[in-house]
Amino acid sequence: MMGARSRRIWHRIKPQTFLVYLGALLLLLWTLAPAYWLLASAISPSHELVAYPPHWFPDNPTLERLQAIIGSKMLRASSMQTMAAPAAFFRRAILNSAIVASTTTLLCLGLGSLAGYAFARLRFPGRGFLLILPLALQMLPPIALVIPLYSLVQALGLIDTLAGLILVYPSFLLVYVVWVMTGYFQNIPEELEDAARVDGCSRLGAFFRIVVPLSTPAFFSTGLLTFLLAWDEFLYALVLTSARAKTLPVAVGEFSTQFGIDYGMMMAGGLLASVPPVIIALLFQPLLVRGLTTGSIKG
Amino acid sequence: MRVRGLQGSSPIGWKGRPPEFRREARFAYALIMPSLLLMVGLIVVPFFYAFWISLHRVNFLFPGRPFIGLENYVHMTTNQDFWASVGRTIYFTAVSVVTQTVLGIAIAQLLNKPFRGRIIVRTLLLLPWAIPTVVNGTLWRWILDGSTGALNHLLLQLGLIKHNVIWLGRPFLAMNMVILGDSWRMLPLYVIMFLAGLQAIPEDLYDAARVDGATSWDCFRYVTLPFLRPVILVVLILRTLQTFRVFDIIYVMTRGGPANGTMVITFLTYFTTFKFQNFGYGAALAFFIGITTLGMAWVYIRTLRGREEAL
Repeated sequence: MMGARSRRIWHRIKPQTFLVYLGALLLLLWTLAPAYWLLASAISPSHELVAYPPHWFPDNPTLERLQAIIGSKMLRASSMQTMAAPAAFFRRAILNSAIVASTTTLLCLGLGSLAGYAFARLRFPGRGFLLILPLALQMLPPIALVIPLYSLVQALGLIDTLAGLILVYPSFLLVYVVWVMTGYFQNIPEELEDAARVDGCSRLGAFFRIVVPLSTPAFFSTGLLTFLLAWDEFLYALVLTSARAKTLPVAVGEFSTQFGIDYGMMMAGGLLASVPPVIIALLFQPLLVRGLTTGSIKG
Repeated sequence: MRVRGLQGSSPIGWKGRPPEFRREARFAYALIMPSLLLMVGLIVVPFFYAFWISLHRVNFLFPGRPFIGLENYVHMTTNQDFWASVGRTIYFTAVSVVTQTVLGIAIAQLLNKPFRGRIIVRTLLLLPWAIPTVVNGTLWRWILDGSTGALNHLLLQLGLIKHNVIWLGRPFLAMNMVILGDSWRMLPLYVIMFLAGLQAIPEDLYDAARVDGATSWDCFRYVTLPFLRPVILVVLILRTLQTFRVFDIIYVMTRGGPANGTMVITFLTYFTTFKFQNFGYGAALAFFIGITTLGMAWVYIRTLRGREEAL
């Protein structure tokens, strides 16, 4: 009875449908398993991490490492010795990354949108050249520029400072902002500005009073992507910092050379480094997808 | 990325223009100036300064900075380590980009079909891409760990292997494992670009093909692929440019090892410059990378422009 019924259900499912669901399931597994392991490793006690048979689900999950890094809880004396220094190391790096990424983003949005407005609205000699040239320049990988930029930052006495990083980061962010904002501004009807200017607004006034408010979504989505790129940056931060100004990627990448291999702690730092971009990616996915497919950036 | 005026930049001269035009141009330059200064100062000047450094011997083993002409380049082109690293870079780039393109198209096809829970899969898809590159590399180094890594544990439990495999212990295997880790993070990017391409294909084309008796393979071969071709072209060139510069994940997963097995060109440059303090030769390598990239960028921009003229 049962058998006949389930056979009938199986008959109704087309093999193609079955394959689609199977594919979706495999895709989900492939996508989620490593991410789950990042989370699970960060909250597994150290002895469970190396146990065999493996504890795929930790028996005694602990938030100790994460709390130590955030500094929300005083450490127990026993773990004080092993955890205090790495936790402080990550805490400082989180702060550095937040400052550098947000400052550069605001800087690039401000300067880049002014340039984007000029490219979108104004006519001037050299416009085509000035618009195309950066597109090629932007393709230059950081490794091609890092040696001279290192000399520059050194000459300015800004090695191992956040200011040094903030100075250098526009080299891979600004062109992107200019291009995307140019595209957005071109899609805003010019008549709106004309109307404002007839009413006695200056060109710059029209930009700030009409164009900028209308482009809030553009500023927002461009800002998100710029922030993500700055948050992810590694090579410049690796070369231009040595101790105080290390950003989060450098802290994660250099952790083992400073504190030995402690995957639990490394995953805890990595988890915290992933929280802002993952939240942004999941919450603002349609915005990001649009930005990525039209802008086609990000390496 | 398409911006109007790529093709519409008719030559405009200064002479014989009304003052109004000059005022507009001056205003435009004022708006562009801060960005332009930063771009020139942070990209153009450093690019050529790297070339200038590469003409000198700048090495902390030797005092002074003598001008040595193209000696660094002679050393580079006659050096086996250099060509080996170029070969590895090409291998890494080609295998990553081709694998990720093929899988990307397949996954995009899957996600373009209606099924329950599709919205959830699509949303979660972007998760790996959001994880910072360095974190991703560290995570994979941990998963692939030779003694207590999750992959070894999983395969042991399933009985697929009898002993732990040192995944990052042999040069060629390590290279492919880095590609695996890179693919996990980058695949979503390919998928969303191809998905955007697929969604632009009119549905009635498939209907018409099916009425004519086309199989689903025919549909893919004669409808999907031709429509997707421009997207594939852009993705291939763009991703080649970006994959070619791989550095972060190598730094975290293997540091160029084992036995130089993952010593790609960017890592060789970093190593030469900042570990061996050989700035002159490092700058030559950097300039080589820069020139190669600009060559590829030129091809990319020409492709984009060609497409725009065709539209």
